[in-house]
Amino acid sequence: MTLYLQAIINGLLVGGVYSLMALGLSLIFGVMRVINFAHGDMMVWGMYLTYWLFAAAGVDPYLSILVTGSVVFLLGAAVQKGLVNRILDAPHEMQILLMLGVALVLENTALMVWGPDPRRVSTGYALSTFWLGPLVFDIPRVATFGLALALALGLYLFLKKTDLGRMIRAASDNQVGALLVGTDILKVFTLAFGIGAACVGAAGSLMTPFLPFSPSTGIFFTVTSFNIVIIGGMGSLLGAFVGGLLVGVSESLGAVVLVPSLKEIVSFVLLVLILLFRPQGLLGSSR
Amino acid sequence: MLRLGLGAAVGVVLLVLPFWVPSTWQNLLISTFYYAYLGQAWNILGGYAGQLSLGHAAFFAIGAYTSAVLATQYAVSPWLGMFAGAALAALLSLGIGYLGFRFGLRGFYFILLTLAVAEICRLIALHLPILGGYTGLFINFSPNPWQFQFRGKIPYYFIALGFLCAGSGLVWLIQRSKLGVYLVAIREDEDASEALGVDTFRYKMLAYAVSAALTALGGTFYAYFQFYLQPNTVLNINHSVDIMIRPIVGGSGTILGPVLGSLLLELLGEFSRTTFASGTAGLSVVIYGALLIIVVLFLPRGVYPTLAHRLRRAGRIRP
Repeated sequence: MTLYLQAIINGLLVGGVYSLMALGLSLIFGVMRVINFAHGDMMVWGMYLTYWLFAAAGVDPYLSILVTGSVVFLLGAAVQKGLVNRILDAPHEMQILLMLGVALVLENTALMVWGPDPRRVSTGYALSTFWLGPLVFDIPRVATFGLALALALGLYLFLKKTDLGRMIRAASDNQVGALLVGTDILKVFTLAFGIGAACVGAAGSLMTPFLPFSPSTGIFFTVTSFNIVIIGGMGSLLGAFVGGLLVGVSESLGAVVLVPSLKEIVSFVLLVLILLFRPQGLLGSSR
Repeated sequence: MLRLGLGAAVGVVLLVLPFWVPSTWQNLLISTFYYAYLGQAWNILGGYAGQLSLGHAAFFAIGAYTSAVLATQYAVSPWLGMFAGAALAALLSLGIGYLGFRFGLRGFYFILLTLAVAEICRLIALHLPILGGYTGLFINFSPNPWQFQFRGKIPYYFIALGFLCAGSGLVWLIQRSKLGVYLVAIREDEDASEALGVDTFRYKMLAYAVSAALTALGGTFYAYFQFYLQPNTVLNINHSVDIMIRPIVGGSGTILGPVLGSLLLELLGEFSRTTFASGTAGLSVVIYGALLIIVVLFLPRGVYPTLAHRLRRAGRIRP
């Protein structure tokens, strides 16, 4: 029993940062209807920036989210402004192709700069833990969970309370309507992609204290983000959040119940079930 | 008349070409035909019916593994085993299609369903002892045409060319038939075609099954060209991507699209590999990705539709 409880807790703790990553994807898809195939690769860039700051200047990974968030924001905004905005009226599959090209470039630039070997950020507190009854808590995982939660809440408040946030939501809900009331839609697109990318970049930083990574890690996180967003409900921020926690827990439980190498199959089966019985996702509104 | 002459000229060139070019070019041509064939198979579902699939690696792998296991374990010739693989792949596609189309999954949701099924297949294949798990499955080389194994590249060249011609011929027949018209109608406006009495469910299923079966046949070719199958390569997402990008680049929903797309990407890939191979690891793929982006930005409707449009306009201006 303790084993399962422990697995659920570990899953929840990782799930928080999955949620942040999926929030970014959900925002990008919700506003632009673009599937960001480079999502995981943007995250890997965040991870390497964190590594680089840590190795060169001893910057704590949790502090470096300020830098990675901003840099990956610029990266995402540049992709939207320079590439996606140019082909908005092209067939849908062309946008997919474009983002696949971006993913290839990002992944392999990371390979060129940092090489194929897995890296890790070895902080002083990487292995510190505390006990709560029979359950053990990893301090880095708890810190990551707390910060991911705080960032997700920050994004939520930004979208709900600020004018820019309202513009983004308006463009997501009704593009023509937003245009009619004079929204500069291309600017909103650039901003939305930037914020979505910043989320995943910061999520990358937050994962480095307990997760080794290499350039090829990206595709795995891209697919995980897709899963979460579909499970939670496309375009629903709360859905992405709950979906992240759910996928975190299901993978963690899958590793205990099945063999660890089969843990991902649980979230894929979950995805297929959701697609079949509730395609709008757990918390999505009906299409 | 001009068309017939042009076709005959291309045919003659293709027949003598492998005997004239060096071995690296033979590989390039085989790869071009073979991916054009796979693209053509994808095109039936993704191009004509407009149901984008990002999981064709699953059907490919079923074809490759079925014929390889039947040949190595049960001494069944791959020439027969490939049809068993095609049947199994069609069966899986009907299963996915039944669930997905029944529940009205479209667009991005269908893409993710296909991707998820392919990933589930990869994870299962990694844990099946008969497929060799992480080590992969090796096929011993014993040159014998009946075992789909040949010395040298030239037989593979002609088989790949044959696959491509047969696949393209089939797509041509589909395009001319009622089925083709229905599929395009479904792609353009599914609700409207449903309202006009097209059984969209049935025709999407048919397109899916044909597409999956053809892809599986291509998998057999791969198994006996590479002699090695590993779930993380054949069932990788990147492989599904490889299958689908050629027809999209060339112009999906056209017969020449997959062929032109395959030729263009093969040349771009070869160019970036040979020119930048000596550079840092990854540079050639960065260039390849950048070229892909450039193609999308400058030919956002695909190579063939853009080309055809230009040619038609040129023809109109000339008296």
